[in-house]
Amino acid sequence: MSMEIGRDDGRTANQLRPLACSRNILNRAHGSASWSQGDTKVLAAVYGPKAGTKKNENPEKACIEVVWKPKTGQIGKPEKEYEVILKRTLKSICLLNINPNTTTSIIIQVVSDDGALLPCAINAACAALVDAAIPLKHLAVAICCCLTESGYVILDPTKVEEQKMKAFAYLVFPNSAISIIPEGSSHMEGELMEHGIITSVTHGVMSVDDYLHCLERGQAASTKMSAFLRRSLQSQAPNDSSRAG
Amino acid sequence: MTSHSQPSVLWQRRSTRRYNPFLGFFSDYHLGLFVGLSLFYSLEVVLGNKTLKKMVSANVSGDLSSEMEVDAFRRLFPLRYHERFLLDSIRPDARPLGRARDTSLALGAVASADGSALAKIGCTTMLAAVKMEVMTPPKESPDEGSIAIEFYMPPICSPLVRPGRPAEEAPVVSKQLSDTILSSGMINLKELSLVSGKAAWMAYLDIYCLDADGSLFDAALLAAVAAFSHLRIPVVSLNEEGRVVVVSEENEEGKSEKEPVNKGKRKLTLSSLPFSLTCILHKNYILADPTAEEESIMETLVTVVLDSSGQLVSLYKPGGPVLAYASAVQDCIALTRQRVKELKSILNEAISDMEVD
Repeated sequence: MSMEIGRDDGRTANQLRPLACSRNILNRAHGSASWSQGDTKVLAAVYGPKAGTKKNENPEKACIEVVWKPKTGQIGKPEKEYEVILKRTLKSICLLNINPNTTTSIIIQVVSDDGALLPCAINAACAALVDAAIPLKHLAVAICCCLTESGYVILDPTKVEEQKMKAFAYLVFPNSAISIIPEGSSHMEGELMEHGIITSVTHGVMSVDDYLHCLERGQAASTKMSAFLRRSLQSQAPNDSSRAG
Repeated sequence: MTSHSQPSVLWQRRSTRRYNPFLGFFSDYHLGLFVGLSLFYSLEVVLGNKTLKKMVSANVSGDLSSEMEVDAFRRLFPLRYHERFLLDSIRPDARPLGRARDTSLALGAVASADGSALAKIGCTTMLAAVKMEVMTPPKESPDEGSIAIEFYMPPICSPLVRPGRPAEEAPVVSKQLSDTILSSGMINLKELSLVSGKAAWMAYLDIYCLDADGSLFDAALLAAVAAFSHLRIPVVSLNEEGRVVVVSEENEEGKSEKEPVNKGKRKLTLSSLPFSLTCILHKNYILADPTAEEESIMETLVTVVLDSSGQLVSLYKPGGPVLAYASAVQDCIALTRQRVKELKSILNEAISDMEVD
């Protein structure tokens, strides 16, 4: 079934915008990365681990704090909501028991917003955490799936497309694991680990089946994105002659 | 602190000590002894009653010391305490895993508001009130009214909220609520229009959390939907200057030149009401409607909002250590479907109770 959906920039339904990721762009931050998907660009900086945790947090675990800076305007409720979503998503991928009683701050600066802002920010934050060498369980890849009026699912919308759509969903998946042992990739009751959702935020009304379609498409696209993430993070690893291999 | 000259230092020191008129010349030592003894005796009485209750309800002929440790175990090892119950597919408050707490709704809780409701899910209590004001609609949408939704968590709701330390969840729940209510299409904004281009209704919905014991979003959404169901739009008419004013009940007779603009339509038609259920994912278990204690121990929450026609309005999972596979998502949606039926019947009962009055 070929779906000829005329998207404004000529992409097909499953095609993502050109991705670009660069690490170590800020000198003073312990880790930094910029991630852009088409015209949406987000800069993330990581400072940490710093000593001490905030008052209500558990001192036996590391603590994560997120600050979201919009491109223009004051910080309001949408920014606070993004901060909480990012904080909980990143908390679930970090290994919190390694550095107890410390705080890691992640600052997100929106450089330009052309649709799919939250997934772009999550990807940038993940790359910045890798750059800062914060211990992680696995990486996170975030994707935005949109539902058109006619019921088709398209990926990675631009801002104009996002506003026209009936509904959209931001989905975050763990990145796919490459294991040397053939049976090594973890299976949970017949489903691969990378098909589980870390985070899902939806907007707009859709039917349950449409949401499950979005999940499937998101899972397929996340495999492509995690391959890109792996390539870009590996190629920028510093060549350290003191390290073995 | 201002410094006093030398002779008045003694006076300053005396005045900064707390002055208890009843003790008179009693010294600090006596005060301490008195307070300490009274505390000791009152604690003795309280503990004695508590241990008696435990002996009666426990049905265990074992020694008292093992019963007293249950509370301590609950505080020191909360996860193991809860998992012990989960093995038997039950929770500490004797609910099966998929059942929500007792829910009750009272419409018309705030008499001065145009629409209000008090919703209680277990101990979580939310008070929602709608007030309507006439405003000029913006140029981009001249025949639409608007709704402003605000969610407050005052310090009364939880010991963790203090005036200088606002709750982290308040802006998140507030934004989630406004997104859900506006995107579910429950209210047709065109109904809120009075005179196209000149006057339209602005509905201010304020939701106060009076007791925060888990599932804040569920209770808040229920209270909001109930408040809108209870809403009676005030009667308005055009006055001499062409402005829209609210007609108060006493001036109804005798003012024939003031024709009410919207006499016929007093209630909003709500098309599809959204209802929600929050679930916790923990290993292989799915717990519906968590309490605050469960939420703080097992941190993976999934909130599913379905409307009365079965469409998914929102599926919100903000991170969390447990990954949600498609099977878990399906189970959560199935639990929510059941809950939507329960909540619909509770809401209809509350509305019919109001109409009887």
